[in-house]
Amino acid sequence: MSVFIDKNTRLVVQGITGRDGSFHARQMKEYGTQVVAGVTPGKGGQKFESTVPIFNTVAQAVKETGANTSVIYVPPMFAADAMMEAADAGISFIVAITEGVPVLDMTRVFPFVKERKLRLLGPNCPGLISPGKSNVGIIPGRICKAGNVGLVSRSGTLTYEVVYQMTRANIGQTTCVGIGGDPINGTNFIDCLAAFQSDPDTEAVVMIGEIGGTDEQDAARFVKEKMNKPVVGFIAGQTAPPGRRMGHAGAIISGSAGTAAEKMQAFEENGVGVAKRPRDVVDLLKRAMR
Amino acid sequence: MNIHEYQAKEIFRKYGIPIPPGDVAATPEEAEVIARKFGGTVVVKAQVHAGGRGKAGGVKLARTPEEASSLARQILQLKIKGLPVQKVLITPAAEIATEAYAGIIVDRASKRPVFIVSPAGGIDIEEVAAKTPEKLLRHPIDPRYGLQPYEAMQLAFFLYSDFKQVRATARILTQLYKAFIENGGSLAEINPLVTTPNGEVLALDAKMVIDDNELDRRPDIAALRDESAEAPSEVEAREASLTFIKLDGNVGCIVNGAGLAMATMDLVKYYGGEPANFLDIGGSSNPEKVVAALKIITGDPNVKAILFNIFGGITRTDDVANGIVTATQQNPLKVPLVIRLTGTNEEIALKILDEHGMSAMTDMDEAVQKAVALATGGKAA
Repeated sequence: MSVFIDKNTRLVVQGITGRDGSFHARQMKEYGTQVVAGVTPGKGGQKFESTVPIFNTVAQAVKETGANTSVIYVPPMFAADAMMEAADAGISFIVAITEGVPVLDMTRVFPFVKERKLRLLGPNCPGLISPGKSNVGIIPGRICKAGNVGLVSRSGTLTYEVVYQMTRANIGQTTCVGIGGDPINGTNFIDCLAAFQSDPDTEAVVMIGEIGGTDEQDAARFVKEKMNKPVVGFIAGQTAPPGRRMGHAGAIISGSAGTAAEKMQAFEENGVGVAKRPRDVVDLLKRAMR
Repeated sequence: MNIHEYQAKEIFRKYGIPIPPGDVAATPEEAEVIARKFGGTVVVKAQVHAGGRGKAGGVKLARTPEEASSLARQILQLKIKGLPVQKVLITPAAEIATEAYAGIIVDRASKRPVFIVSPAGGIDIEEVAAKTPEKLLRHPIDPRYGLQPYEAMQLAFFLYSDFKQVRATARILTQLYKAFIENGGSLAEINPLVTTPNGEVLALDAKMVIDDNELDRRPDIAALRDESAEAPSEVEAREASLTFIKLDGNVGCIVNGAGLAMATMDLVKYYGGEPANFLDIGGSSNPEKVVAALKIITGDPNVKAILFNIFGGITRTDDVANGIVTATQQNPLKVPLVIRLTGTNEEIALKILDEHGMSAMTDMDEAVQKAVALATGGKAA
């Protein structure tokens, strides 16, 4: 099995006629994802690549095609609205790829989505892939391989790097999820860890974090308290200069500076294997899954 | 985006937050004229994007216009945390009875804007949080409804017991929240919020940080950017849509994606080197971006070797290869170059590099080790 997406995922692409949307709609289709609809206001009635029907609204797309998952490539100033439109149209899983969404917009989207009890992934994320089944977002399909390891990451290209090294070492994946690096996102590490814990095919999990915030520390505690599958982790930013991104006020709230050292210590204390380099993930997995 | 105190004060004033008058001077002469206009004792405050201005000698009291002039001259020659002071704010000195703190930020954990208030103001609020957390009140706001009057009162009662002051403060907090939301803030802060001996509540300082993602739809706020107050290499990078942070090492790093860029820096350190920078060329990179990136990196005299680490996804590695070729033809490199690339259009990229006498590696660890060896040993490529 896999988490969040599989063969039954019926995808609507919001922003399918844009530069990024059209490129990735084609890639996802080629990978075998069921791309059932596209949405671009004003282009309803047309077809994308003469096969995928385009609608003016997500509501129409859902009604006509039974789409259950949406992926969003619309420009940042319209992304929050696109997420809310999808949520209101009855989509159960929304994947927002768009980078640069204002944080205050997300403070309004988050409760809107939560009230409707559905899942949002992102924004500013690479999406997710269940190798051999479905690919939603921008993760290059060819670097992945079907298998038994779940992967969750805050990063984009660093995810590719780790997946690539796993695949080269013949370690396949159930699902690779990029949760994105924005301060406010819909799905966090713990949501993904819980899903991997319940997925019978996932035997081990890789968690790739970054400096800033306390999500990784919370996730590490979750591993200890709620999981019986091995988890290995890597934190990027061990040499990053402090205070350049989140500033001081973030630290006041969380009571933590969110340094790599703090996060790696939390991993260690909670039984999460700590990879010092991205490539160490492979050895740690091999040992854990023996 | 950081804005200056005087700019934040102008925004807060528009929202009716009581702030003593003030004017900005770029020369000692202007400072003197402004001080004479206000009369009496004035405060001369450095306008610079760095904390700890007071400790660095950037905030001084002047009793006469002549003193304001000479203090302005001193302060305008200062560098605070590496940033030159180019303007000073002159404002009449206020009489202070008490100092409090009021601020709003967006909190990752609660996914909401959060108010922070403390009756212990005027000092570093982090210190208050660490040493006397009971003097700090945090209160998340539901952004769909905004700050409600009862919430503003609750926060104000935490600061003052005099009901007149509580009411005045509740109004200030309400307007501060409005200013924060309507201008796309990621932080809005009054430190100190003071009471005067005759009972008035005033904002003596103002700080605002704007979410960069808001600037496209707020041209008036974007226009407040003061590029002369930022490090020149970081301005250049932003204009080329690159994310760049200068560090002190000697291995220049050019990477696609922030996570991979940080992991690359970590690996440089792991193998005994020191990264010279963080540089993320972003997702859909074109050759021009690569040219701009190389220009910034080669402008740093500390750099002894340059490392490209590109994992092509949206980024096409042939674009990067073309950029490297163009840049090195325009400005031949004086330091060795190590290229690691893999992913989208890798074969084309390798061919382009090969035609121009360059080669690339596919393994990240090997590439980093090579770059570190070249930077530390000075061996030829």
